[in-house]
Amino acid sequence: MKVVIIDDEPLARSIVKEYLDSFPEIEIVDECNDGFEGVKAIQQHKPDLVFLDIQMPKITGFEMLELLEEQPSVIFTTAFDEYAMKAFEAHAVDYLLKPFSKERFAKAMEKWRTQSKSAGSEMVHRLLDDTASQFEGQTNRIVVKVGNAIKIIPIRDILYIEAYGDYVKIHTKEGFFLKKKTMSFFEHSLDVSNFARAHRSYLINIQELNKIEQREKDSHIAILKNGTVVPLSKTGYARIKELLKI
Amino acid sequence: MNQSRKILLLEFGWWFIWTCLQMTALLLAGFSWKVSVVDSIITNFILGWESYSIIMMLKVYQPDKSKSYYLLFWSAALAGISVVVIEFALSFMFADDVAYLQFLDTTMLLRFGFAFLMLAFVSVLGWVWFYLQSQQENEIRKADVEKLSRETELSSLRQQLQPHFLFNSLNSINALIQSEPTKARSMVQQLSDFFRGTLKKQETHRVTFAEELNHLKLYLEIEKVRFGHRLKTEIDHDEQSVSRLIPSLLLQPIVENAIKFGLYDVRGDVTLSISAEMLEGDLMVCVSNPYDPESAPPSKGTGFGLSSISRRLYLIYGRNDLLTIEKDATVFKICIRIPQSV
Repeated sequence: MKVVIIDDEPLARSIVKEYLDSFPEIEIVDECNDGFEGVKAIQQHKPDLVFLDIQMPKITGFEMLELLEEQPSVIFTTAFDEYAMKAFEAHAVDYLLKPFSKERFAKAMEKWRTQSKSAGSEMVHRLLDDTASQFEGQTNRIVVKVGNAIKIIPIRDILYIEAYGDYVKIHTKEGFFLKKKTMSFFEHSLDVSNFARAHRSYLINIQELNKIEQREKDSHIAILKNGTVVPLSKTGYARIKELLKI
Repeated sequence: MNQSRKILLLEFGWWFIWTCLQMTALLLAGFSWKVSVVDSIITNFILGWESYSIIMMLKVYQPDKSKSYYLLFWSAALAGISVVVIEFALSFMFADDVAYLQFLDTTMLLRFGFAFLMLAFVSVLGWVWFYLQSQQENEIRKADVEKLSRETELSSLRQQLQPHFLFNSLNSINALIQSEPTKARSMVQQLSDFFRGTLKKQETHRVTFAEELNHLKLYLEIEKVRFGHRLKTEIDHDEQSVSRLIPSLLLQPIVENAIKFGLYDVRGDVTLSISAEMLEGDLMVCVSNPYDPESAPPSKGTGFGLSSISRRLYLIYGRNDLLTIEKDATVFKICIRIPQSV
């Protein structure tokens, strides 16, 4: 069984390693200092289990998971308070609150072992879909992968988001980036006073809106500052009017 | 039913009863139906209207206890006016009923007395009613204020304890116990000294810069146990600065933020520097850390507590220009000027 430990504190990793000594079937294949190394290690080793810290340099543990095509089984290790971690319970992904005892650690391992691998990764998927953004508060940035590089897009740089099959296209001044998420995920995690669902397939940054024009009797289009034309649905038009108080 | 309607209904009922009583009395005294009805209705309508106005006025303005005799003045003045109006109206309407006119004249004083007592009674009653009500509202407001201040106190206590820092440090100690027991011990000591220092200090106190710096060093030592592989510190100050006074725990949140930003905004090594020097007789302290101007914090609300620091400086020194920020491509620097001539 292959395990990867991702934590920015060496001592925090060493306690996990020490506790893992009592599990002879476990092999620690890699240790990572942050999410960047984490993504590489997970893609390279395809571990059966990942111990993951949440607060890390540059990108959080959640953001790192979002960058992976295939979700590994994860046990979170964090010092966040219990209240904040309540969100996890519904998803049965286990989490260890630092500092944790050897007994608690063994229990988490037991829980992981009794879950099938696919069930575990399914849970992480669901966790990322509904609780991660809620847990971190209003998102202020989106992390995407461009080839092998990782790019952090501040929300204010987004022009609009477009549905694209199972993905979304996040359009910025530098071009667009793909991310495997749903439109409704962004509709709920982005600041509602700045982003409006203009159409089933479009979410626009209100700051980037230049004007709204009438096309036919009942249909409108939005023109962004960079010239992009976005169709407006009836409800989308109403939403934007309400947002702009017109 | 809202309050105004309740008052209106009560008023109506009360003056209706008096109208009936007065009418009966007049009928028994041998006056005609017409006279009895008109007299009692006019009298009580005017009084009713006046007492209603008093209550409506009391609703918006209640004279305080020492000025409660105002109520009697108002009642007397209104009673006087009403008697004059009643006298004038009734003598005009029944100008040819000599017996009634004579009766009206002889009962003038009685009518005034009755009106005065009635109005005084109603206004005192109204005053007591509204007084009790405002008292009750004050109680509620006081309870709200107390609750708010308790919550503020609680959150500042939480802030002092910094659960995230505490639990992560305990986790490091847990790891060290097995591998390096002596280091674990010294970290327990440092952590205790640090928290004792935080709890002992009060925000209102002023301490020497040297004392504040020692507290910061303790904090940095603990962080170095956790992040020693990445975190480096540079502390640089001149001879004069050590004895200068500074509000206690003023620099702590700045250094905490610098560490947080430095460690989580940048991969690789982080150098945090603290420098202090004298500038035109004032103490100038600067804290700088590397940062990435391109990146955004993961979520809103993790922003700097800078506004609370400048608020504190304003409360102590009454100046808004003491905190300055300098940024270049890689370094974020906060400087605080601490006036010494106070």
